[in-house]
Amino acid sequence: MIKAILVFNNHGKPRLSKFYQYFNEDMQQQIIKETFQLVSKRDDNVCNFLEGGSLIGGSDYKLIYRHYATLYFVFCVDSSESELGILDLIQVFVETLDKCFENVCELDLIFHADAVHHILSELVMGGMVLQTNMSDILARIEEQNKLQKQEAGISAAPARAVSAVKSMNLPQQIKDIKLPDLPQAIKDLKF
Amino acid sequence: MALKMVKGNLERMFDKNLTDLVRGIRNNKDNEAKYIAQCIEEIKQELRQDNVSVKSNAVAKLTYLQMCGYDISWAGFNIIEVMSSNRFTCKRIGYLAASQCFHPDSELLMLTTNMIRKDLSSTNQYDAGVALSGLSCFISTDLSRDLANDIMTLMSSTKPYLRMKAVLMMYKVFLRYPEALRPAFPKLKEKLEDPDPSVQSAAVNVICELARKNPKNYLSLAPIFFKLMTTSTNNWMLIKIIKLFASLTAIEPALGKKLTHPLIELISSTSAMSLLYECINTVIAVLISISSGMPNHSASIQLCVQKLRILIEDSDQNLKYLGLLAMSKILKTHPKSVQTHKDLILACLDDKDESIRLRALDLLYGMVSKKNLMEIVRRLLGHMERAEGSSYRDELLYKVIEICSQGSYQYVTNFEWYLTVLVELILLESGSRHGRLIAGQLLDVAIRVQAVRTFAVNEMATLLETYPVTAAPNGTMQEVLYAAAWIVGEFAPHLDGPERTLAVLLQPKPVAGHIQAVYVQNALKLFAHLVGEAVRQRDGAAIERHCQMLAEGLRSYLSSADIEVQERASSVYFLVVLLRESLGGGADQQHAAAPVTDGGLLELTPDVPGEPGDGGGEKARVAPDEPVAIGSSGGHYPGAAWDEIEQIATDLQGLFGSELNPVAPKAQRKVQLPEELDLDEWINQPPPSADASSADGGSSDEDKFPLFLTDGGRGGGGGERETNGGGDGSRSYKRIEYTQEELDKMRQARLLEQTNNPNYLKPAKTKKASGGDYHQQQQQQQHDCYDDIPIAEIALEVPLQIHSTKRSDKYLMDAERATRVFVGKSGGRKEKGDKSGKKSKRRGKKSKRYSDESDSESDDPKPLHVVNTVIELPEGAILSDTEDKNNADPNDPHRALDIDLDAPFEDDYPQEMKRKAANQRSVMLLRDGDGQTAKTNRNPADEHQSGGTTTTTADSKHRSRRRGTAAATDRSDEQQQQQQMDGGGAGREKQKKKKKSAGKERPDEADAIMLMIDEETPAKGRTTKEKEKRSKPPKDGVAADEAVEDGDVKEKKKKHSKKSSKHHHHHHHSSSSKKSGYEEMPAQSLGGVSKDAI
Repeated sequence: MIKAILVFNNHGKPRLSKFYQYFNEDMQQQIIKETFQLVSKRDDNVCNFLEGGSLIGGSDYKLIYRHYATLYFVFCVDSSESELGILDLIQVFVETLDKCFENVCELDLIFHADAVHHILSELVMGGMVLQTNMSDILARIEEQNKLQKQEAGISAAPARAVSAVKSMNLPQQIKDIKLPDLPQAIKDLKF
Repeated sequence: MALKMVKGNLERMFDKNLTDLVRGIRNNKDNEAKYIAQCIEEIKQELRQDNVSVKSNAVAKLTYLQMCGYDISWAGFNIIEVMSSNRFTCKRIGYLAASQCFHPDSELLMLTTNMIRKDLSSTNQYDAGVALSGLSCFISTDLSRDLANDIMTLMSSTKPYLRMKAVLMMYKVFLRYPEALRPAFPKLKEKLEDPDPSVQSAAVNVICELARKNPKNYLSLAPIFFKLMTTSTNNWMLIKIIKLFASLTAIEPALGKKLTHPLIELISSTSAMSLLYECINTVIAVLISISSGMPNHSASIQLCVQKLRILIEDSDQNLKYLGLLAMSKILKTHPKSVQTHKDLILACLDDKDESIRLRALDLLYGMVSKKNLMEIVRRLLGHMERAEGSSYRDELLYKVIEICSQGSYQYVTNFEWYLTVLVELILLESGSRHGRLIAGQLLDVAIRVQAVRTFAVNEMATLLETYPVTAAPNGTMQEVLYAAAWIVGEFAPHLDGPERTLAVLLQPKPVAGHIQAVYVQNALKLFAHLVGEAVRQRDGAAIERHCQMLAEGLRSYLSSADIEVQERASSVYFLVVLLRESLGGGADQQHAAAPVTDGGLLELTPDVPGEPGDGGGEKARVAPDEPVAIGSSGGHYPGAAWDEIEQIATDLQGLFGSELNPVAPKAQRKVQLPEELDLDEWINQPPPSADASSADGGSSDEDKFPLFLTDGGRGGGGGERETNGGGDGSRSYKRIEYTQEELDKMRQARLLEQTNNPNYLKPAKTKKASGGDYHQQQQQQQHDCYDDIPIAEIALEVPLQIHSTKRSDKYLMDAERATRVFVGKSGGRKEKGDKSGKKSKRRGKKSKRYSDESDSESDDPKPLHVVNTVIELPEGAILSDTEDKNNADPNDPHRALDIDLDAPFEDDYPQEMKRKAANQRSVMLLRDGDGQTAKTNRNPADEHQSGGTTTTTADSKHRSRRRGTAAATDRSDEQQQQQQMDGGGAGREKQKKKKKSAGKERPDEADAIMLMIDEETPAKGRTTKEKEKRSKPPKDGVAADEAVEDGDVKEKKKKHSKKSSKHHHHHHHSSSSKKSGYEEMPAQSLGGVSKDAI
């Protein structure tokens, strides 16, 4: 069973938090903070497994994580999951994100947290792995997005237009434009 | 209508959407909290509007804020509103928010039951999918019970996407509502062979989770899993199956032989490292399970260990970690094969990666032997000095202690060494969180290893003197002072310089109150010892000196803010005063000193906080505690002062005289209740009801309900205290007054009982003046075999500072030297021993026991000291671990899921009924179904007459009955209404169904009917099966029977044909069921038949 899936950036800012066991909001924030502290002090060339997450679970649980550019993807799992299997799953998750957002970067996760949740829910359900085949996952996501677009139809058009106008007015938009050298751009931004 | 919508949209345009919110937060970095508070206000406004789109936009924003740490449960009702929207977009947002903020205890969940049910049966598979995803995060017991049938229906949906999700969902249902497992299991099993690989994978996943905690119930599925393993290509599923086999093979070693071949094939064919690793793991599990019976397999284990060594030496840190992890599994059963790789594991201790270091530490635990313990600990200590990070150092410290103390110190041969290590740990890691643990170890060793006691006591005295008390923020290392003080006091006769240690104890130190209290108490013990010594030597001056020292030293404790310390200090203080007075009364010359003491007392009393008043008051307070003091305060002594002093000294020592034996941790619990003792009986008649006492408002609580009624009785001949409350005559307790004779008789009886009672710590039979002698005697009595234990020389000069080379190293060097000598000497002897010595050894005397042991354990070093393993336990009780296992984590939902799934279904029916009667609230919907079919089963004639329709009517009956019971439970009105509506629906369905069954045609699209049939599947499948079986026996049975029951058989055959046709129908509906599922049943159902036939 997977107990929690956390995504946060190099500064510990949460980008996605999914707990499959109930914790109240304060506790969740504390878990994210402590997990970040545990994970962030580790070099990149050490192993991807981490024990001693005393906060979540206990001895049966371990943290399995991957670090991509500015983001940490951390899965907290119990002993019924295969360590290397979960590492592969993280890879599938990130690749799926990459396909859905076309070259995913941290900003995609920031502005589309809901979409990321929907993608994740096609991989993992209630702490159990649902699907590991990426083409199946992408097909499901595609179908649901189509459904959503159909529903939006004409009625949502004005809202979208206004939204676009609103976006144009904001100077911030310029900052958020994807630049060729994205990792650098992200580094310059302070989160 | 359209206009309204457009208007709504226009208004909505200017609301913030999620992107605006995120951007806003990023733009308002400096006053984020304020900005978000403002946003939440806006969201509240939006939630008040009727437009669902506006609401869902608000809820989407709330979901984002939830991730940022804001509580959004206040919007729970709005979230449910959004969930119930018809639009997929909104539904998705709603269920996402719900999955993030709802939890099984949310009260709002009871509003969602019917909405979720509707979503689950939606024609759009993604509506149901989203609902399942959301539900999986917050499903409660009530929801599980109410929705179990709906989810089970989805398990046989035509859409693989829903089947897959429903199968996974069932696991969550089982956790919350274990009763669902039994009826759902056949279907779950069926899904293992689903045509869709994702559904298969989900079913494997669920069964693996179930089997992880209760593997034995799933052994019968092994053939199916075996088939899957050899045919499937889905790596994820293979990993799960292989992991499952690893746990199954532990309880069924025969499985292992079959597994080895396909596993090895997989290992050679797969390119996925994850799968490869799990294969290796399971091979290890198989080998362990096989080889645990026979020793010959250790070669293959050796091979595995070799392979793991390659993994550990790999440059990939992940593989290194996993190699160590797998190694620890082998270690549990084959420690010897792992021990040969000690070098590698010790090298891993220096790895830069903490995870790997921790794994290596775990391995060390199982690798120690008597021979290498000292060396390993030395390396760990050296490692600890260099290691960074206090938590890791703490972990190291913990491991050192764990390694040494395992199995009642079975690997520790020299306890002086161990104590030295402990002291080194104390000085090395002052900020540790494990102070209490070390303290426990110190006490344990000092109490249980008598031979090392003298060393321990003096070591502790030094520790008390030199330990730098600093206020560590969250460390608990101070606790060791607690242990040190206790050891020093309790075993005072072993001390080299008791006076000096007494002075150390009396020095005020900034330690915690409970430690100070122990200081005071043990200062008294030391004092008692010192006075005892002085009295024996008739040294009045020494006594006076000790008294002076104690009285002076207690000053700071008397004014302690800690009430416990203060109280103990003042008790001790007045004890000293008493002694000095009697001393003063005896020796005429020292009369002058007495007033000074009194003056000291008078001086002191104002210092005592919380005890205002003059010295006279103080004395009065003391008086009842020390009745002798009243007599002595006058100073009228009969001449025999020494006798008096001697008496006091022996009394003082008597307070701490008896030996403390270690008591088993569960001893108290194991004390058996004497037959004549009835704990429910009143010891004293209960006091009259409370209204009597309400009259006297002034009396305190203790007056009203005296806690210690026996106190008065203990007053002996004191018959003057008739009532407890003093003033209030409203209640008087009957008090039996004993005459002196009776008291004596009772005392005799009590003493007799005490001598026969093994739980009573008896005082020594021969009491001697010297405490030291007494202790030794006691030891000798208990451990007659003690003489043959070599007692190492005591290091009298304990160094005050730590040397650069550790003190504990000395023992290692000694040991090494000793083994060298030993090997050199015993070279010849050993050869002899091997050839001819065995026989002679067998008949060796008891005193040879140790050498015997050491020889058999391949020249392990001799233990220098022995741990006292005699622990006090009540008669007839034995120490066992079984209790602990039984009550391990009572909250684990898997405990309830330990159900024997192969047992015949009807067997537990009566039990169910009983339980239902006992607990009407937990209506068992699913089991109700079984009950109904079981009943029809028992009435074959009836069923026969009504033929194929019976089940359907029973079905609807059962349905309506369930509605009734469900409504009876105190649910909300809304739900009741809904239930009734549903009931109506069910009625309609029933009619439809009757029509259909009359026509003998059941088209596939009749979803409602499918629902009902599927509900019955598990039970019916079995019952029809059994009926088939029952009709068979006459065929293969005795001929006579056949003749008699001929007609009956014909009837039954008819029924059989009908049944099987129905059976067929049923199969037709559940698209994925296969015949093979039924072919596996005969054995079980036969069992059921024979019972039924009887």
